Amino acid sequence: MSCSRRDFIKNTFKTTLASTLPLSAFKMLSPAEVKAYTGDSSIRWVFLVDTQKCVGCGLCVKACKKENEIPYDPPITRTWVERYVLMKNGQAHIESPYGGRDGYTETKIRENEIPPEQIAKGFFVPKLCNQCKKPACVQVCPVGATYQTQDGVVLVDRKWCIGCGYCIMACPYGMRFFHPIHKVAEKCTFCYHRIKNGMKTACVQNCPFGARRIGNLKDPNDPVTKVIMTERVSVLKDEYGTKPQVYYIGLDTNVR
Amino acid sequence: MKNHVLRPLWVVLAGIALLLVVRHFLVPSDFGVEEGGNFTYNYHRLSSIDDWKNFKVKYRGKQYCQECHEENVESLLDSPHEIIECENCHGPAIDHPDNPETLAIDTSRAQCLRCHTYLPYPTSQRSELPGINPQDHNPGENCVDCHNPHNPDLENM
Repeated sequence: MSCSRRDFIKNTFKTTLASTLPLSAFKMLSPAEVKAYTGDSSIRWVFLVDTQKCVGCGLCVKACKKENEIPYDPPITRTWVERYVLMKNGQAHIESPYGGRDGYTETKIRENEIPPEQIAKGFFVPKLCNQCKKPACVQVCPVGATYQTQDGVVLVDRKWCIGCGYCIMACPYGMRFFHPIHKVAEKCTFCYHRIKNGMKTACVQNCPFGARRIGNLKDPNDPVTKVIMTERVSVLKDEYGTKPQVYYIGLDTNVR
Repeated sequence: MKNHVLRPLWVVLAGIALLLVVRHFLVPSDFGVEEGGNFTYNYHRLSSIDDWKNFKVKYRGKQYCQECHEENVESLLDSPHEIIECENCHGPAIDHPDNPETLAIDTSRAQCLRCHTYLPYPTSQRSELPGINPQDHNPGENCVDCHNPHNPDLENM
């Protein structure tokens, strides 16, 4: 192989030019620009549920359905309350009729009389969308109709959703359902219209016992953040890797 | 190159061109990613966020009721029922008094039983609330006929 002096200089020049060219793509950014580009918004909404405080009145479910215009009588709801009654013999009674919308006003569970002296534990667990950090429901949407906002809430674009139902199947928590009027996938929005205007979500505001709380994980002085950072909290179905952002105090192994 | 080799190529290229043209007209112009967002989770019609922000608020909270019904709210705040929001029984205020002009109050027995049916659950706060057995305690009667929900103190009955 021969290489003339002229070719050698030409190639060297070209190679140098080619390898230095991408450097021009780098530019100096101000800290504010870096913050904007890395998506570091100052809000990350999270939820804290204290199952010790919930009494199963169902006022949260009622308020949620009315606030968010979810048809009242069909068995669909953005949030619900489950009743767990665990017997001393290991048997578990678990139910959530109409999502607990009308509260739990009977000791009977599915027509079964529960003898009080045999109850080992009885408690209520409110559930709602976990607003996952890595939401499986968003990944499967074929048309880009569901997305995560910069402050961590997963929303559905009602004008763009085609109602295919992939997201309903993908959610490990079964939080999504089909809206019978708008004919689109429907889910908890953390009452986006309320939290954006400085209010609490409808379920938080209407819980008399403080079992539900919402806060900003990026604010270290937020009382909810303080609890999450300093107390023993857990999340549902951690093994799915979706990084759920609804934290629970006092979960039992029977709760999935 | 021979024509029969190139022909499918032109078909494919035409197909791609057609797809791009159709896509240009069908995809809303504000489809995209917010500054700092990512394409995995954040790709959406940007104005959709405003649709959700502008959703109508219905439950306005105690402070809103207090603006006009000062006395009622204060009497409630002095009672053990202070933890309950007005709208849990009176219904969502929405734009009351303009719309609706009057609110339908839920004075049903079922509303009280939400908390006051006694449930013998050792690990729940429910068993610590004042509770009754609905089958034994004046079945069929409305609780509000005897109890004042704004001041449920049993001494003052």
